[in-house]
Amino acid sequence: MKSWIAFWNILKKDVKNYYLKPPNISWGIIFPLSWTLMQLIRSPGGNILELLPGLISMSVLFGTTSMLAVTITFERSGRSFDRLLLAPINLSVMVLAKIAGTILFGIFNALVPVIFASFLIDLSAVNWGLVFLAVLMIAITSALLGLLIAVSAKQVFEAQTFSNFFRFPMLFLCGLFIPISSLPLVLRPVSFCLPLTYGTDILRGAIVGSNTLVPLLSFGMLILFSVVLFLICRHNINRKWIL
Amino acid sequence: MGMVSVSNLKKTYGHFIAVDDISFEIEKGEIFGFLGPNGAGKTSTLNMMIGLSRPTAGEIRIDGIDIKTQTKKAQAKMGIVPDESNLYNELDGFDNLCFCAALYGMRKEEREPRARQLLEQFRLKEAGKRPFKAYSKGMRRKLTIAAALIHSPQVLFLDEPTTGIDVESSRQIRDMILELKKKGTTIFLTTHYIEEAERICDKIAFIAEGRIVASGTVPQLMESISHGHAIQFVTDKNIESLPVDLQACFKGSKVTIRPDHSLVMASDQRIPLFPVMEFFHENKVEVYEARELRPSLEDVFVKLTGIESSVLKKDKEKGGRQ
Repeated sequence: MKSWIAFWNILKKDVKNYYLKPPNISWGIIFPLSWTLMQLIRSPGGNILELLPGLISMSVLFGTTSMLAVTITFERSGRSFDRLLLAPINLSVMVLAKIAGTILFGIFNALVPVIFASFLIDLSAVNWGLVFLAVLMIAITSALLGLLIAVSAKQVFEAQTFSNFFRFPMLFLCGLFIPISSLPLVLRPVSFCLPLTYGTDILRGAIVGSNTLVPLLSFGMLILFSVVLFLICRHNINRKWIL
Repeated sequence: MGMVSVSNLKKTYGHFIAVDDISFEIEKGEIFGFLGPNGAGKTSTLNMMIGLSRPTAGEIRIDGIDIKTQTKKAQAKMGIVPDESNLYNELDGFDNLCFCAALYGMRKEEREPRARQLLEQFRLKEAGKRPFKAYSKGMRRKLTIAAALIHSPQVLFLDEPTTGIDVESSRQIRDMILELKKKGTTIFLTTHYIEEAERICDKIAFIAEGRIVASGTVPQLMESISHGHAIQFVTDKNIESLPVDLQACFKGSKVTIRPDHSLVMASDQRIPLFPVMEFFHENKVEVYEARELRPSLEDVFVKLTGIESSVLKKDKEKGGRQ
């Protein structure tokens, strides 16, 4: 019960303090909207339905990774994060509470291209249950990647630099822009080491019906990524922040 | 075993030894002052005691609980006031206190009345709805202490609680520390302020270069450097000729004249005042003032650490940030 009180209040404080601030809400809307418009302008005759999985993936990835890495680095530099480390709550509960707000923010980011597309095309054939689960899993893995960056960064600008360092290569290697089968042979194994590859594939299957992997396998891989990333983050926090 | 027990504690960073084999005990309801200049190892010791840093060697127990193996259980008993006021700038005073209470698992029905009570106690009731970032330095400090007390901890760790704040807030904080002691809270306090430690601490440890060079109660520490007694006399006339006669009259005493023309009489034995006064009377010397000279805690610190007290004063001016 005590852990639940702490979890809920950390989440509530983060949502109120960071995610519901006007600049972040506007960023959460404008950024996915820009991606969507950019794709539509680039290929005016393009099929919006085919663009949607990529737009959702990018929106979630950018929303979650930047927010968590920046907010945690910010709290670390102001030393308010020490309060969480010194509180009598389990480190896992604290990590889960910190990523929960970002996951919600990521899901909100995913809604923007979906709402935008709903005005332009018929989305009745989309498997929404699968879309939601895929978005949730992309948000979880991206949030944990953001946390991994936060543990390595000392300053907010470092966190932003590190984020871009892995985000952009990931976008090009996960099959969003170039199908994995068209990638150079040497890069293909790298694609399968990226969580976004599996998330995007599930989204493709749920929205367009053109997935290349079995959804169950993709979900299994995303769960595996989540567990491994969570354990690495927990270990790194314990090692780097409790000196 | 005391409420806080530290034994053979050591912390190294590579080849640098920050804390070198220190041991001490703090009894329940005691205020323990940890004094030393910047870089002496105060904050390193504190961080290990609160579980924010791992000891290289040694053991720390809080109410019998090993901080190394049962960190969270021990932290539940602690209130921690870091040297920087680190509450959340965007939250107001009341919400900050409620958030800190929630971290200790306090329910809404418990934390809200407690937060109101603390705001009142720290004279921050009016500021309770203002964001933390709008607080003055003294107010920020007081709210940070209030946040540490929200769950009524058994042990309170205060890192430089009065550094860089106004005189009135410092006085309020010192009064509050004494009030907590009366209620049985055990307090570990690091400070640069020798006078502050002298005024409120039951026991003091001097730390220099990672080692405790002396510890004990204030009288014990003073006794450690004071070997004898001395009385200073302020008189009405030139007394240049008196020392020789006084020394002859009171065997074993040493009499000197200070630049301010006062006379200081020192002896290994206690000096009987009445015969000395009679001596002055016979020599038609009027005595306006007679006072026993004792070493200050600052003298003790300088003598035992070899560090000039001006070093501490410089640290104070820097704001005490390590």
